[in-house]
Amino acid sequence: MSGDALTTASLTIRLAATTTVVLLLVGTPLAWWLAHTRSRWHRPVNALVTLPLVLPPTVLGFYLLVAFGPEGLVGAVTTRLGIGTLNFTFAGLVVASVLYSLPFTVQPLQAAFSAIGSRPLEVAATLGAGPVDRFFRVALPLARPGVVAAIVLTFAHTVGEFGVVLMIGGNIPGETRVLSVAIYDHVEALEYGQAHWLAAMLLSFSFVALLLVNFSARRRAGAAAAGG
Amino acid sequence: MAEQPAHLELRFRAERRGFTLDVDLALPARGVSALFGPSGAGKTTLLRCVAGLEPRIPGTFRIGDTVYQDERHFVPAHRRGFGYVFQHASLFEHLSVLENLRFGERRSGGAHGGLALDRVVALLSLASLLDRAPGSLSGGQQQRVAIGRALLRQPRLLLLDEPLSGLDLDSREEILRALEVLHEELDIPVLYVSHVPMEVQRLADHLVLLEEGRVVASGTINEVLTTPGLALARTDEAAAVLAATVRRHDPAWRLTELEVPGGTIYVPEQRHAVGSRVRLRILARDVSIALERIENTSISNVLPAVIASIDEDRDPANRLLRLDVEGQVILSRVTRRSVNRLGLRPGLRVYAQVKSVAL
Amino acid sequence: MSPIDARRLARLCVPLLLAALAPGAAAETVRVAVAANFADALERLRPAFERDSGHELRASSASTGTLYAQIRRGAPFDVFLAADRERPERLVDEGFADPSSAFVYARGRLVLWSADSALVDGTPAVLHRATFRHLAVANPKTAPYGAAALDVLRELGLADELAGRLVQGENVAQAWHFVASGNAELAFVALSQVLAQDPDERGSRWLVPESLHRPIEQVAVVLKDAAERPAVRAFAAFLRSPEARRMIAGLGYAVDPAP
Repeated sequence: MSGDALTTASLTIRLAATTTVVLLLVGTPLAWWLAHTRSRWHRPVNALVTLPLVLPPTVLGFYLLVAFGPEGLVGAVTTRLGIGTLNFTFAGLVVASVLYSLPFTVQPLQAAFSAIGSRPLEVAATLGAGPVDRFFRVALPLARPGVVAAIVLTFAHTVGEFGVVLMIGGNIPGETRVLSVAIYDHVEALEYGQAHWLAAMLLSFSFVALLLVNFSARRRAGAAAAGG
Repeated sequence: MAEQPAHLELRFRAERRGFTLDVDLALPARGVSALFGPSGAGKTTLLRCVAGLEPRIPGTFRIGDTVYQDERHFVPAHRRGFGYVFQHASLFEHLSVLENLRFGERRSGGAHGGLALDRVVALLSLASLLDRAPGSLSGGQQQRVAIGRALLRQPRLLLLDEPLSGLDLDSREEILRALEVLHEELDIPVLYVSHVPMEVQRLADHLVLLEEGRVVASGTINEVLTTPGLALARTDEAAAVLAATVRRHDPAWRLTELEVPGGTIYVPEQRHAVGSRVRLRILARDVSIALERIENTSISNVLPAVIASIDEDRDPANRLLRLDVEGQVILSRVTRRSVNRLGLRPGLRVYAQVKSVAL
Repeated sequence: MSPIDARRLARLCVPLLLAALAPGAAAETVRVAVAANFADALERLRPAFERDSGHELRASSASTGTLYAQIRRGAPFDVFLAADRERPERLVDEGFADPSSAFVYARGRLVLWSADSALVDGTPAVLHRATFRHLAVANPKTAPYGAAALDVLRELGLADELAGRLVQGENVAQAWHFVASGNAELAFVALSQVLAQDPDERGSRWLVPESLHRPIEQVAVVLKDAAERPAVRAFAAFLRSPEARRMIAGLGYAVDPAP
């Protein structure tokens, strides 16, 4: 593997991993709220979370490009904070990926939380577990399949992200050039060999990663069923 | 209201779609109080209010001087220190049976020093289940674990919401026995929701009848059981309960002799120790009336009684008699024809022939 | 079927039927695969062609690489207006295009452009001053304007110095977006893009002399099966006509003098 390809691959994994972690931190409370609230904001927020699924990635990317820019809403804030603008930076890609992959984290979690229902939480409350205790000791373990699905989908979706990165990344090696863009470039440059190579790498890595996650989920579930 | 013994004070009012809850009750802070009524009567809602699971329903709940809810305070469920057994076992699927049991124990804050794990495991026959996953247990096994889990939480108050519904007969019997033992051993108040007469007749010390969200009657068990016109006296299983003391066992006839007001009652041999207090349940349909003591009969349990009242029964062919047996009341269901033929009337001295009793 | 549907269907089918029933009849359709950067220009040329020839022009635009890959897989096009020389020549080599039809229909003119009307003074001075953070270029690997832009930096001796400030758009359109949205101060873009703007939104620019970079030759080819169709021949001839050349030049491209 060439050094370039290695840099690109490791950057891609770093982006997907960072995005997944951030989204779990942000998406879990959001999914929890959506699964339990009776607020009238429930539907609008739900729709908002789903929106990235509807918007073509390049369109979302274009709006982010504008919003992150020095005259954009976000850009004005980040510039004021002394961070500079987010476009053409790894941090910018993370923020964009978080928005873009949001539904892939929130929806499986929300479905899992809803499926648990309120009963186990009420049981835990009567057994003396406070809200935080209930969440970590009861809701989260019971929602495990949903959590695994959210991790897998978010990670995979971010690895495969293309349109948004294309718009705001600037294709900088080691900073914003991710696998999907590199593959596209190879195709555009008629370097089909390299394109195939990278694509095969991307596919096999993703396949193995998904397989491992599935296995670990299955094993844990099996262990619980066997009384572990 | 600082008088001794303390009371449970419940006052709740709620209007929901097609349902009203309007309850004002004082219950003894000892023994088992049963909330009895048809489905939709508001039993479960009331129990949930007590547990702190219905924060939106306004009301008052106190045990003695301890306020759990009033206009200004609301202690959330996890700080109340009550045990709650739901209608369906609701074990944590991700934990083993032992971990389920420990869940509440860990969070009891070392309070009370009630039942220890070993005792609960023995009482509810859980030893062989400890390593199993909840999903692999039968309904009855799951409910036993759930009861054990609630007990190990060392509750100040135990709330049971129809814990036997949906279980097969054997499981019910097994759990009822365990609950009877608990009744003896535990010094905490229990609220028991049920719509099955037999369960409350066996377990309850105090009985509350609920209908459409309102209290129809509240009193000691026998008082409510034997009041004509109330729901329980109108059922086929109308019965009275009688306190008895084990006097001696008779291995030759495999019988146990029980002392009750006004006489002696023989029952198939029991395991209770001599001198222990037991509760007899006597169905109205199992009690017949004789004007004089009949010697040549297979019925050996006969108690002298005075007819306290004669009331209509749900079947127009029958009458329900309340019999005063040295201050305690039992019921007898006889035909109108017999009432007429024997000339039965309030104040008449008679002999109650008890065909069978249940402990 | 509602009347509206029926009418729409008729509108779709009738021309097709006519075309099928009367081969060689006057009104034919020329299907043109056009590189994205020339799509607007082709729209400007269309009325003149359709008026003069009586034929109809149907354009599909995408990146040159995408169009190439589609044509290789049998996409239904008659003419390929590429943004480079390489892709059309490959199609010729691989037997998908008519060798005699290839010609340079336009040469791209590279400009150094800023949205700020005072930043670029008609010279490369701003590059030497290096007071900007980002210089946007098209992807040099895939876009001829990008490769040309790097040629210019090398010629100016600035390639290494400015490497850290380069951001790549996938194509010149994206390089343009980077500047238009304020994310980059400068970009190497196509003159045609600048001229397509309203005069007061054209910012400032340096028109890069063609001598500083490899030629940005945009080659047209007629695809194999379409070579004999009159409408296609008419379009190829139109592209070479003085009128078309004049219009193309006016849109910001260089054109060779008529042969």
